Amino acid sequence: MSGKDASRQTLQIAIVGSGPSGFYAAEALLRSDRDVRIDMIERLPTPYGLVRSGVAPDHPKLKQAIAVYDGIARDESFSFFGNVTAGRDVSIAELQRTHHAVLLACGAHEDRTLAIPGSGLAGSHSATEFVGWYNGHPDFRHRTFDLSHEVAVIIGQGNVAADVCRILAKPVDGLRDSDIAEHALEVLAESKVKEIHVIGRRGPAHAKFTAKELRELAGISDVTAHAKPEECVLNEESRLELEGRANFNAVKNLEMFGAFARQVETRGQRRIWFRFCLSPAALVGRDRLEAISFVRNRLEGPPFSQKASATDQTETISCGLVLRSIGYRGVPLDGVPFDGLLGVVPNVAGRVVYGEKPMRGLYVTGWLKRGPTGIIGTNRADSIETVENLLGDASEEEVKSGADALLPLLEARRVRWVSFAEWLKIDAAEIERGKDKGKPREKFTRIDEMLNVLE
Amino acid sequence: MPHIVTDNCQRCRFTECVDHCPVQCFHADDEQLYINPDVCVDCGACIPVCPVQAIYDVVDMPDDKKPWVAVNKERASMLPIISTKQDPLPTAKARQAELGF
Repeated sequence: MSGKDASRQTLQIAIVGSGPSGFYAAEALLRSDRDVRIDMIERLPTPYGLVRSGVAPDHPKLKQAIAVYDGIARDESFSFFGNVTAGRDVSIAELQRTHHAVLLACGAHEDRTLAIPGSGLAGSHSATEFVGWYNGHPDFRHRTFDLSHEVAVIIGQGNVAADVCRILAKPVDGLRDSDIAEHALEVLAESKVKEIHVIGRRGPAHAKFTAKELRELAGISDVTAHAKPEECVLNEESRLELEGRANFNAVKNLEMFGAFARQVETRGQRRIWFRFCLSPAALVGRDRLEAISFVRNRLEGPPFSQKASATDQTETISCGLVLRSIGYRGVPLDGVPFDGLLGVVPNVAGRVVYGEKPMRGLYVTGWLKRGPTGIIGTNRADSIETVENLLGDASEEEVKSGADALLPLLEARRVRWVSFAEWLKIDAAEIERGKDKGKPREKFTRIDEMLNVLE
Repeated sequence: MPHIVTDNCQRCRFTECVDHCPVQCFHADDEQLYINPDVCVDCGACIPVCPVQAIYDVVDMPDDKKPWVAVNKERASMLPIISTKQDPLPTAKARQAELGF
């Protein structure tokens, strides 16, 4: 970066997490007129967060964002420290001593649980586990999903629910040329699932799918989408909501749900049922999940703040698998305030606050800042905001050593950190492994496998 | 299918879309923005943030807007990338009201 003021000290910034929000923060820092050095710390040896381990394998186009991150990582003012866990290998307090600012971008990777009887039964999982498993995330490679029952249930109607539904519904041949983990492909190839129920607690006007995702689900070959006509009838409040011009996504969703409800014929191998105004009340089964009992909800309250309220009607769906996708929470970090209710780090426009008071040199961005909403690009605008405030506060007067102080800490603790150049070797090895299978890559799913590439 | 900026952007140029684009696919002249269809990853992040709904997924585009597909491709190829939000045009507020948003 040229034209920077040479008389000032270099601003040393530590970014914790290497997903979209972390990389867009790095981009905004590097674009600024300040002299900045960035050290990005990542728990895994591999960068890119949910673009690598969240984005569905059959959405390769979205993964092209990686080319942008790769370009950022090659900037000479940027260093990657993979396989380093902040809070274990190095504390946040230590990073605050070695760097002018610490920017937390570690996402919201804990899923919200169902506080209902039977939620611990075998066959009950979070969508996160399933996504991590089919995407080859090292934390989830050993999970097992029993797809031997014909009926699967997905709780939640957001885009993660759409992704897991699509992976369950899609003919497996449509996934073979993707970067889906081999172990998942083998299990999906044997899947007996014929019917997938996707359950929303509120009405069809409140499903969070983007119309694009919903259209894609309905368009899967060999799959029919259904909805129940009586569940697609709108109350007056929902009709008013749809009149708002900003609500055009819901209008499109509703057109599709209406078409599903008129779908009487069932063609193809699999059926997807979109169900509304149902909340799970109990998971039922002796040794493992056999059924879910639901309570029917009624919508109450004014337009745009309608809430689901339980009635005394119930319904039971027999099933062998349930995936819940009802929200995500950040994980508390030592020395960092945490809002246990929202599952985020409390902040004002990215400045971490304790009570009302901003914590000097501590910032947050992405899902850990605003909660698990939005898509990849949403994080760019979010990180631009955080970085603007960070740079507004930062003073170069104090000398910080950055990586020069971080490296001795990691070495003293015998942390085998992975540089960006080393990641590129892992990357090349994965691409090579995929070649004979016709896949863009076959991911390593164990950290020791990744590190072996570097020996 | 790519995403397309249409004539609602003219005299507005709010550029909210630019900060939300994960891959910097927006290009600009003094009049409006254009999307490079070869770079756009079809995520749709730009659509809801446009105050005047100027951006469409081609699939959802009204027929009368279809000529904009070719215009976006052509103009994007000859204009510089715009990578961060800029101030809207002075006429933006009036135009937004005129368009009924």
